Order: sequence, then C-alpha cells, then structure tokens
Amino acid sequence: MSSNVAAFNINHYQFLDPAGNLVGNNQPAIAREFDKLVDYYKLMTLTRTFDKKAIALQRTGKLGTYASCLGHEAAQVAIGATMREEDCFAPMYREYGAQLYRGVKMSEILAYWGGDERGNDFSGPQHDFAWCVPIATQCLHAAGAAMAYKLRNEKRVAVSVVGDGGSSKGDFLEAINAASAWKLPLVLIIMNNQWAISVPRSKQNTAQTLAQKGIAGGLPSIQVDGNDIVACHWAMEKALDRARNGLGASVIEMITYRLSDHTTADDARRYRDNEEVDQAWAREPLLRLRSWLESSGVWDDEQQQALEADCVEQVNAAVEEYLALGYPGNESMFDYMFAELPHDLQAQREQALKELPAQPEGHH
Amino acid sequence: MANLTLVEAVTQALAWELEHDDSVVVLGEDVGINGGVFRATNGLQQRFGDQRVIDTPLAEVMIAGMSIGMAAQGMKPVAEAQFMGFIYPMIDHMVCHAARMRHRTRGRLHCPMVLRAPFGGGIHAPEHHSESTETLFAHIPGLRVVIPSSPLRAYGLLLAAIRDPDPVVFLEPKRIYRQYKEEVPDDGEELPLDVCYVLRDGSDITLVTWGAMVKETLQAADALAEQGISAEVIDVATIKPLDTATIIESVAKTGRCVIVHEAARTGGMGAEIAAQLADAGLWHLHAPVKRVAGYDTVMPLYKMEMQYMPSVQRILNAVNEVLEVS
Ligand SMILES: Cc1ncc(C[n+]2csc(CCOP(=O)(O)OP(=O)(O)O)c2C)c(N)n1
Ligand SMILES: [Mg+2]
Repeated sequence: MSSNVAAFNINHYQFLDPAGNLVGNNQPAIAREFDKLVDYYKLMTLTRTFDKKAIALQRTGKLGTYASCLGHEAAQVAIGATMREEDCFAPMYREYGAQLYRGVKMSEILAYWGGDERGNDFSGPQHDFAWCVPIATQCLHAAGAAMAYKLRNEKRVAVSVVGDGGSSKGDFLEAINAASAWKLPLVLIIMNNQWAISVPRSKQNTAQTLAQKGIAGGLPSIQVDGNDIVACHWAMEKALDRARNGLGASVIEMITYRLSDHTTADDARRYRDNEEVDQAWAREPLLRLRSWLESSGVWDDEQQQALEADCVEQVNAAVEEYLALGYPGNESMFDYMFAELPHDLQAQREQALKELPAQPEGHH
Repeated sequence: MANLTLVEAVTQALAWELEHDDSVVVLGEDVGINGGVFRATNGLQQRFGDQRVIDTPLAEVMIAGMSIGMAAQGMKPVAEAQFMGFIYPMIDHMVCHAARMRHRTRGRLHCPMVLRAPFGGGIHAPEHHSESTETLFAHIPGLRVVIPSSPLRAYGLLLAAIRDPDPVVFLEPKRIYRQYKEEVPDDGEELPLDVCYVLRDGSDITLVTWGAMVKETLQAADALAEQGISAEVIDVATIKPLDTATIIESVAKTGRCVIVHEAARTGGMGAEIAAQLADAGLWHLHAPVKRVAGYDTVMPLYKMEMQYMPSVQRILNAVNEVLEVS
C-alpha cells in the first residue's frame, strides 16, 4: 500500500510584464502607489548609472575587480525598499541597489572594490553585514542573526541573498534547515541570474526550480520574476511580515539575468551566446517600469532626462569622494585585529612602521 | 618545444596526464569551457570532453568529498579550488579522509588525488583571493604540499603529484603565473617531489623560500651579489615533507640563513625550518636564523597588500642583520 505523504507546488509570480503592462489579477497595491514606484525607479536608475561608472573606473585602472549588478536592479531595490532599518541585511557582493536604499554610499562601494577595508565600514544600518565573497556563507550568518532576534524577542528580520550557483552549497541548505527547525525570522532570496561565472543554471542541478530547495527544508517558497519590481516587492513584504510575526522563514527565488560579465575580470563571450543576452535585454527591469510609469501618466521624457543628469551628477560626486580617500596608513593593517592589540602584534606593528615605506610604491 | 608561462605549464601537464592516463579527471568550478578563471585548464574540455574535464556545481565540500570517493575507486581526480580562499570547507574532507585513508584502512584503500589551488597576493584581487595558508595543509599528517615556482617545476612537479599514489595539495603562486616564459619540453618527465631545488649557489648566506617569493628572493640575491655577498637560494618546492637535508647542507656551507615567506609569520613553515636548523644545524650557524614573512594580520585588501608581503628591502634588512653578527 502506498499513500501520498507530501505534495507541493511552486508558483511563479509576475505582475508587470516586460512590456510594462500590469498582468494577472490580485495585483498588489504597490503596483499603483506611484510616489513609491517613482522613487524606486529613480534608485534603479541611479544603481545602473553607478554600475556603468564603476566598470569604467576599473577599465581605466582606478578600481580593482568589480562585480556588476546590471540587470538585478528591480530585485535589489525591492529588497532594500521593503526591509526596515532594524532588519539585518547579509548580502553577497553585488546587491548595491538594496544597499543604496539602506544608506550605504556609492563612494563606500567603490572603496571596497578599490582595495580599501574602509569600504566595509559603510554607512546605513550598522548591524548589516559586510559584503561576502565566500559564496553562500552569508546565509548562515543571516540565520544566526535571525536566531539572535528570536532569542531576544525582537521583531526584526534577517535577509540574505545567494546566487543560483550559491544555492548548491551546504551553507545555503543548512540555513534553510535551521530556519525551519527553529522557525527563524529569516528571508532567503535566491538571486537566480542564470549563471555562476561560466556555469549555467542548468548545470547546477536538474531541479525544475531552485525555490523547491526551500520546500525540501520545510519553508514556504515561491518564485517571482526578479525583473518585476512589483512582484519582488510583493513577495518581500509577504515574507518579511510572516517572519516578523513569528511565523518563520521563507525562500524567494527571483528570476533575473546577469547582463554583464561575472566581474570585470571575466569575459562572458568565452562561454555564452550573445543571442541569449540579447533576449535577456528584452526582459530587463528598468524599461518595463518606465513604460508602466509613462503609460500611467506619472513619468515623461523631461523627467527622464532630468533624472539621468541627476544620477550622473551624484555618481560623479561619489567618484570624487572615492578618489580623494587616500591611503589608509600602514598601522591600519594592525589596529582592527583585536579590541586591544596583543603584545605580539604590538611588536610587529612597531617593526612594520619602522621598516615599511609610508605608502606602497606607486600609490597616489 | 614550447615556451610557456607557469600557468601554461600547468595546462600542459594536465593535458599530458589526461592524454596518457585514462583514470585522470580534472574537475572544478569553471574549469570547462571557460578554461578556469586563470585559464589553467584552457582548451582541455574542448580537447578531452566533458567526461574528463568536468564543470562542477558551486560546492567546494562536494568537490573535495567526491574527489576522495573517486580516488578511492581507482580514479585520479585533479580537483581545483578556484582560489585558496575557498579551500577551507574542503579541509574537513582532506583532514578527516584524504590524509588518512591509506593509514586507517591499513592500505586497503588509498587516495591518489590532487587538490590544486592558486594562492598568494599581489594581483590586486578582491577580498579572500590573496591569502597564503599553505601551513594549514603542511600541518596535517598524511598530506603532501607542493608549490612550484617556475614553469619547468610547475610541469614536472604537477606530473609527479598526479602520479603520486597519495593525496597532494598543489598550490600555484598566481602572482608569477605569467611572470616569464621558459622552454618546457612536453615529454611527460616528472620532477622529484620531496626535495628542495637549489636555484643559485652561494657561500655567505642561505636564503630559503618558495612560491612567488622566489622572485623577490632572487632579486635580493642579485642586490647582494653587487655588494660582493654570495647568497645561496633554495626553493623548498615540497613544503611537506620538508627536505631538511638540502637546507642543512647549505647552511653547513654558509653558516647563515634567512627564510622568506608570504604566509603569516607565526606557525608558518619558516618556523618549522628554523626549528630543524636549531635541531640539526645549530653547530653550523654563525648567526641567528631570521624569518621575513607576512605579518600576523589579515591579508589586507589590495591598496596595502604589497606592504604586507616581504619586499626585497625587507629581505635585505634581515640579511644585513644576520651578516652583522660575527
Ligand atoms: C566558496 C566560493 N567558491 C568559489 C568562489 C568563486 N566565485 C565567485 S562568484 C562565483 C559564482 C557565483 O555564482 P552565483 O552564486 O550564481 O552568484 P552570481 O555571481 O551569479 O551573482 C564563484 C564560483 C567564491 N567566491 N566562493
Ligand atoms: Mg548566478
């Protein structure tokens, strides 16, 4: 005899289609809250302007390797916009849109990729985690943060983002498992941009969705169009509310596309077809929101031009600030190692200050 | 005969073994069509197919654990950790299984795998991409740790590592991946593991180093030569097991020794070499043994990374200190 002991399905949500039309029924209210949508659009545009500039800085030798966020703007801004200040963000390395919303400065993002630890000491909520390069490890830090809030009875939520590649790591699956075991106030977002450097989504595994990994661990899990800010916003609000009200964690798979190279050190032409990239451009997030705002009569060309000019100005100011940052000072190699510098490092610090040039050769 | 960089010599060695030994497979993140992020596996999947050169899902624990499984069942996996900074979750499997499989099964099973990873600083890489933590592996009984410092040695030592019947951690100094080219005959000839390579004969002082630091150490030896000081330069090459005999033989001649490494000073391999000298070379020494190493700090991001790493000047300072002792 056999009986069905478990059943599940994964729903995909889209409210704003690539052409900028509202689709489906039960559209969330945010789809018509135009003040907010215009703000989001502005930040998405700023994020993209910043991204373009950062790549240009790298190409001209003024920035180190940089991970572009091109194509991820809707998802990122939706994350930033729905989280509360007291919530905790544990990003991977390209969620600038979310971080800008939370108050991180563009100059700080540049400092980090410019090889300066001061970039990690960023503005915005001081409890947020810094960028996280070791893939998926941030998921467990977010789960730990959620555990801390739960144990202290605080109505706060931890939010983490992981890639389609990162979803193959134990850290991510262990975070799901822990969040399920302890009903943690956690939101795990899989930013499925179809590529993990040169490895396509299809080579990570043959599961129909990545969201279903959350189901396997016992968490409600959905998939949304990650280029649709309405869908991302709606999904985030739902998951955050649930977590904040003690009902536990959830997983949201946001389907988007990495329109750029993996980083400036990568050349995606080695492994993916231009055709695929061209098709992805037709689904990109900014244009559809702009179309929706225009057809709703709340946005026009004049505003667009003014916005673009303003974004360039803001980004240029940030670049100036970044370039004026200067050298951190050799002592900074030592001074943040411990609350109080132990004697062995004290001695090494003294020696370093004696034996090292004040700045490395070629620094300006 | 091909004129190759160090990273191209790695590719050539992998190709030779893939060609001549059916049990060899190369696996790792982005090693396939992309040829690895440093192009160390460039063209190999195109040439040998995706059953021999395998792109993995993004999961280091899986790469290490499955390599052990394959190795125990008669294959010779050459696994890549994309950067040493991401190797740490693999240590679990390397320590608990790879390193002791032969021993704990009394030789019934063994683990002929290679774990390759680029390591070290100096290429303006992002956070976690520049550390030198080779000592973590050197400390583990049952692992060999090999570090080439020239195209020729990369080719010969990697062949030997793959053919070795036990696990080898093969760490590639990425700062010198493309430093220079040299003739590397593609003859399948391996170089011996477990021995140091004397790169330069000298009589006044012994400089011991490995990996990318060979570059600065040879430059320091050049500068010393101009002052009439003759430095012997030793590339340790296999840092575990350590070829103490060659180092002591050199110190017996020079009476002085400076050890140079990029890794943090405390508990680095320099400490082991100094301890060996204190043990078996003490009566040859005319002066204290000095180490020039990374500081015991987190490897800085790139604005400061060159300050962290031993410079020619820091090597010369240490040499001068040692030479002043009469
Ligand atoms: C543990 C670990 N392994 C490998 C890397 C090298 N690496 C950096 S990004 C990346 C791919 C990540 O893909 P995905 O998780 O899909 O995120 P995406 O970059 O596409 O946003 C890899 C393999 C790393 N940073 N950390
Ligand atoms: Mg991805």
